[in-house]
Amino acid sequence: MPHIQLPEGLPGIRGPMAFSPETAKPLNELANALLRTDDGLSRAERELIATYVSSENDCFFCQTIHGAVASYYWGDENGEFVKAVKENYGQTLLSSKLKALLAIAGSVQKGGKQVTPEQVHEARQQGATDKDIHDTVLIAAAFCMFNRYVDGLATWAPDNPELYKFRATKIAEYGYTADDHYMPR
Amino acid sequence: MPHIPLPEHLPGITGLLEYRLDTALPIRELTQILLRGESTLTPGERELIATLVSARNETRFCTAAHTKAADLLLGENETAWKVKQDYETAPVSEKMKALLAIAARAQRSGKDVTPEAVERAKQAGATDREIHDTVLITALFCLYNKYVDGLASVTPTDPAYYQRLGERIVQGYKRPPGGFPVPPKT
Repeated sequence: MPHIQLPEGLPGIRGPMAFSPETAKPLNELANALLRTDDGLSRAERELIATYVSSENDCFFCQTIHGAVASYYWGDENGEFVKAVKENYGQTLLSSKLKALLAIAGSVQKGGKQVTPEQVHEARQQGATDKDIHDTVLIAAAFCMFNRYVDGLATWAPDNPELYKFRATKIAEYGYTADDHYMPR
Repeated sequence: MPHIPLPEHLPGITGLLEYRLDTALPIRELTQILLRGESTLTPGERELIATLVSARNETRFCTAAHTKAADLLLGENETAWKVKQDYETAPVSEKMKALLAIAARAQRSGKDVTPEAVERAKQAGATDREIHDTVLITALFCLYNKYVDGLASVTPTDPAYYQRLGERIVQGYKRPPGGFPVPPKT
């Protein structure tokens, strides 16, 4: 049960966002700015970083919805690829660049000071730009915020994976600032 | 040294927010609403939450900046210092102690916020809105702290820097209309 009285029936972050529309606006705008661009890192790569950090924070709602969006972009129909990235990205077929950036994201999740000059050097060696490194750190930091917002209020999350898959197609189409599309009409 | 090149005259968070303006805009707007917008918590009380979270994340830049903002808003420099030492014995209301306890839990993990911690705050008179805002302020400062430390931005050591910064953020978190031009060499 959520810690505070939230509008009922809204999954995960959508509950507190409906409770507090004024703060929801910049939160959704930040998600759009960070995740819905292919400038440097692709949308697919950005969603994978968001999913990985949410998984490290053990946030069920965030890792499931962003995992579904990542699967959509990667053509990962059964979700096995995203699952493998969460479990051990080093063993996947991801590029060396994205592996190096996921290592940085993992450090940010543990604590900003955990990011080492060696990790940053490795990312650059694998072709990451300053902006790629910046965006990786900020996506990781932002999901440490979103994850805490979702779990810190003990929000409700549906179990049915089909619902997340459906919502993911709508996020890919319309973004995070659009109306909810959780239930097929 | 920062992990990416940042303007030398903009240490801490400022150079990062100037690095990518389209992400800085909603971050600044969210901060303005949460820390300076209409609320039953005073701006000083909300700065104490930001200070505690930054101190627990050991982000020296944010801790110094928000301690100074809290000091200026509260008109004394004892409360913020004591909150960082031990908020349970700090000179704040029972409600604030309970909210700071929620913040201390959410700083570690959202999952650490227990029904008991929330019940304590409600018993002390905290509203759902105050609990919501406490969790979101905590979450936002985890973003800031990880952003600042994750890119190793510069932490000034001169107390006069934080005096000026504190005076600026007491006024609010919006970007100045002209940005932050390079100061003329003196």
